[in-house]
Amino acid sequence: MDGTSNQAVAKPDRHCDVRDWQKQRSARHDRLAAGSRFASGKMVSPENAKALLEAVIRPGDRVCLEGDNQKQADFLAEVLADVDPSRIHDLHIVQSGVVLQAHLDLFERGIARKLDFSYSGPQGAGIARALAAGKIELGAIHTYIELFARYFMDLTPHVALIAGVQADRDGNLYTGPNTEDTPTIVEATAFKSGIVIAQVNEVVDKVPRVDIPGDLVDFVVKSEKPFYVEPLFTRDPANITENQILMGMMAIKGIYAEYGVKRLNHGIGFPTAAIELLLPTYGERLGLKGKIATHWALNPHPTLIPAIESGWVEQVHSFGSEVGMDGYMSARSDVFFTGHDGTLRSNRMICQAAGLYACDMFIGSSLQIDLAGNSSTVTPGRIAGFGGAPNMGSDAHGRRHLSAPWLKAGREASGGDSKLTRGRKLVVQILETFGEKMKPNFVETLDSVKMAEELNFDLAPVMIYGDDVTHIVTEEGIANLLLCRSQAEREQAIRGVAGFTDVGRKRDHKAVEALRQRGVIRRPEDFGIDPLDANRQLLAAHSIADLVTWSGGLYQPPSKFRNW
Amino acid sequence: MEHFQVQGKVNRKAGGHRHQAITGVNASGNLEVLVERVLPDHECEVNVTTAVHGFRAIWEAVIEEFFKRGAPGGLRFWINDGGAHPDTVSLRLMQSVRLMEIES
Repeated sequence: MDGTSNQAVAKPDRHCDVRDWQKQRSARHDRLAAGSRFASGKMVSPENAKALLEAVIRPGDRVCLEGDNQKQADFLAEVLADVDPSRIHDLHIVQSGVVLQAHLDLFERGIARKLDFSYSGPQGAGIARALAAGKIELGAIHTYIELFARYFMDLTPHVALIAGVQADRDGNLYTGPNTEDTPTIVEATAFKSGIVIAQVNEVVDKVPRVDIPGDLVDFVVKSEKPFYVEPLFTRDPANITENQILMGMMAIKGIYAEYGVKRLNHGIGFPTAAIELLLPTYGERLGLKGKIATHWALNPHPTLIPAIESGWVEQVHSFGSEVGMDGYMSARSDVFFTGHDGTLRSNRMICQAAGLYACDMFIGSSLQIDLAGNSSTVTPGRIAGFGGAPNMGSDAHGRRHLSAPWLKAGREASGGDSKLTRGRKLVVQILETFGEKMKPNFVETLDSVKMAEELNFDLAPVMIYGDDVTHIVTEEGIANLLLCRSQAEREQAIRGVAGFTDVGRKRDHKAVEALRQRGVIRRPEDFGIDPLDANRQLLAAHSIADLVTWSGGLYQPPSKFRNW
Repeated sequence: MEHFQVQGKVNRKAGGHRHQAITGVNASGNLEVLVERVLPDHECEVNVTTAVHGFRAIWEAVIEEFFKRGAPGGLRFWINDGGAHPDTVSLRLMQSVRLMEIES
């Protein structure tokens, strides 16, 4: 018993007007009633889609128009961009990807005003222009998982416009291999009295599996064409360079094998595609099968097919799907997460959590790295957003479970072996010292700093902060930043692998040599790598056609990747 | 086309006995290297023909680093460059020395 139990409890003053606690629910009923005039049950014809949106959406609403770096609710995006701006305006768009022209049209036409997003990719330049012209009021640029988190805090959508493969007449949705963001968006919207409208490729009597229960879906529009999916993760082996192969060999030997990394995430670039294709050849030669790279948080990269077929890969969980990979994944359900219907189930929110807490390593490319190891993909005039890389490429301070690579990295960083030393995730940046057109990838100051000044951002966008980066791999060697004991050492370690860029040429040769003696910097020759092995013959596949062959014809690449 | 030559003293003599080798292709972003064993053991010479003007200082830095890091004593190189990045040049030079070390 506490000391206050006998005292009268002061009651809040209820004398004022009885508060209405059901405003959101009543608003939902109003919206549903207004929308129902254009529906038959839950079904809405494409011709009525615009009238539906105009009836259901209110000025100032937070709207999530589903789209990320892969799938797009493109039909609903075009319909929304076509509504009457005198009826629907000042929307606050809260969505993963600003990717389609229609997304920008919303702001150009005054239908939307405020934007919170995560990724922009192809519309990066358009967003920068719209920001500079004052057409977009920017909330923030998030990572995927951050934006999803805010859906449940202060950015809960009033209306969600989502994409599915099939619906039945009760609104049950099959979102299929490209399930991606849908469950998260629907969870936030439907359970906070919002309205969920789905575009689907077809309406069927019975869906093959229920990804989204019909109870959570208010209206279904059959789209005139299937929703768009970008094949963002397809890398043609024909475009992998010899230096990328050299970097891949060093990474496998100097990081994967050295730390015994089994659980990992790969970025999207060519250097990591090279590593995927080196596992069954170079990795096999080193006797590493089963010892590294067995469990993945990864989109279904076609370049992983040879490693899967060679028995390297135990398991893959995916953020999304990849065009052409669906049949292959259905046939490899021991490796991929599939429904009882047999097709892939992806889930971006959950895969991001897996990448953050269950992976021992992230390795990915970047466009620019500065002297502190900060990296950015901002190039002049373009705002690309963040997507998932900052979460994959960061040490999760909430992690508590142990693994050998995590402990080893933590002990290297602390220089000791105390019972209170926390582990570290390996965060590896892998890139050639020069990019396209001799643009140096190592710089004194990131372009994003200048962009932040021009656009009056309080903070320059940084993809991966230097203090999270543990290794930098270039064709010149590997810099192990865990072993650096001062800012000055870090800088020389970075300069020491920056090749013939200005940053690299301004190195202190003595300091770099001392770092090499300590094993902070290691060169290809230190790993016993023969430069003649840096040859395309070492890749398990030399072309997209080879990947198709490896898959036994199950991988069906989109036409833009077919040259036969 | 720009032509120039870089010569230097090097510490280590190239291994093997092969008289000459060729590697790479003269294509965009790539380069072709012909190497022959014709010089005294501690001398090296690189002759560059490049389609891209204005990068001589970087070429010299790349080649001088190669003289230090590699073992190219006794070798003369002829490079036909199609606009390769410095990292590709370094790799090709190292590869051509290795080719001279192994039997043809």
